[in-house]
Amino acid sequence: MNGSPDSLTSPSDDGTLARLRLRLGQAAETEGLLDVAYTTVDSPVGPLLLAATPKGLVRVAFAVEGHDRVLETLAHRISPRVLRAPGRLDAAARELDEYFARRRQAFDLPLDLSLSGGFRQLVQRHLPEISYGQTRSYGQIAALVGNPKAVRAVGTACATNPLPLVVPCHRVLRADGTPGGYAGGPEAKLTLLNLEATR
Amino acid sequence: MSMPPFEIVVAQHGGTVLRVCRVLLGRQDAEDAWSETFLAALRAYPDLPGTANVEAWLVTIAHRKAIDVLRARRRQPVPVGEIPEAPTALGVPGASDGELWQAVAALPGKQRQAVAYHYVAGLPYADIAAITGGTADAARRAAADGLANLRKHYPGATTEGAP
Repeated sequence: MNGSPDSLTSPSDDGTLARLRLRLGQAAETEGLLDVAYTTVDSPVGPLLLAATPKGLVRVAFAVEGHDRVLETLAHRISPRVLRAPGRLDAAARELDEYFARRRQAFDLPLDLSLSGGFRQLVQRHLPEISYGQTRSYGQIAALVGNPKAVRAVGTACATNPLPLVVPCHRVLRADGTPGGYAGGPEAKLTLLNLEATR
Repeated sequence: MSMPPFEIVVAQHGGTVLRVCRVLLGRQDAEDAWSETFLAALRAYPDLPGTANVEAWLVTIAHRKAIDVLRARRRQPVPVGEIPEAPTALGVPGASDGELWQAVAALPGKQRQAVAYHYVAGLPYADIAAITGGTADAARRAAADGLANLRKHYPGATTEGAP
């Protein structure tokens, strides 16, 4: 019962619906029905989609990946119970803000790595060991995970990293020092490398 | 078969369901019915067959939630959720004042439902019959009688909001 006198005299479906949708996200969280919560935030590398399951952050996506398509994939791979519910992403959004403001060098967030399996997940688990401002080659990461010949597979693991930025695949470069590919595009990768190089 | 994210369902049908709830219940109770409807829909969504008509499914849930609200209202010794007497514009398409709304509120339940489901949600009479019980012909008559009643009483009809 939120029928304030104001809403009676100047009704707006858009405003009402926005409020109801926010409330739905909160109720879904309370009822344990929010399998995937998401929000979008602005950043120096463009708008970012952040999505989380009850276990933790499950997806960070760049605009070039197509946020609608990413949400469809999450609905398909995890659960169709996907709602915009920024509350669950508050900590992730705050830590990313701090990272882009150069006030944070490592992320301290619960992660849900269930979108990756096997070797890819193994590689992604090890990527946070490359510290802020450092870089490694694909070959070095292959050696790090105990499979020095798996250079190409490391490249695939980086390319399919569901949690870019937070799992720092941007710190993995080609052996000749050129940046190599990136889900957010080569410019985004350079932006991040430059950001971390400036201290 | 891959289902769209539920957020898409809310975006596509949230407005229609809100207008249906308003016609069924009035403005005050409509928001709670909307919330109950979409929460129940979210719960059941993963099991919805890919071939289902999503809007008819949502209206069916809203229908049940509205009945719950009306029953609860009847049990309450002091009537609450009455239609405000001040003119209001309530998302009925084409309506910009409260008089049409008050005329809608004065309709008998079956006519109100038929008007909501046919003229607001755009459902065919066979679907409405499946929701309300009875036949498609009965649903058609209820919608036609409801519309005739509205035309007779609007504008200028003032009445209390109790269904």
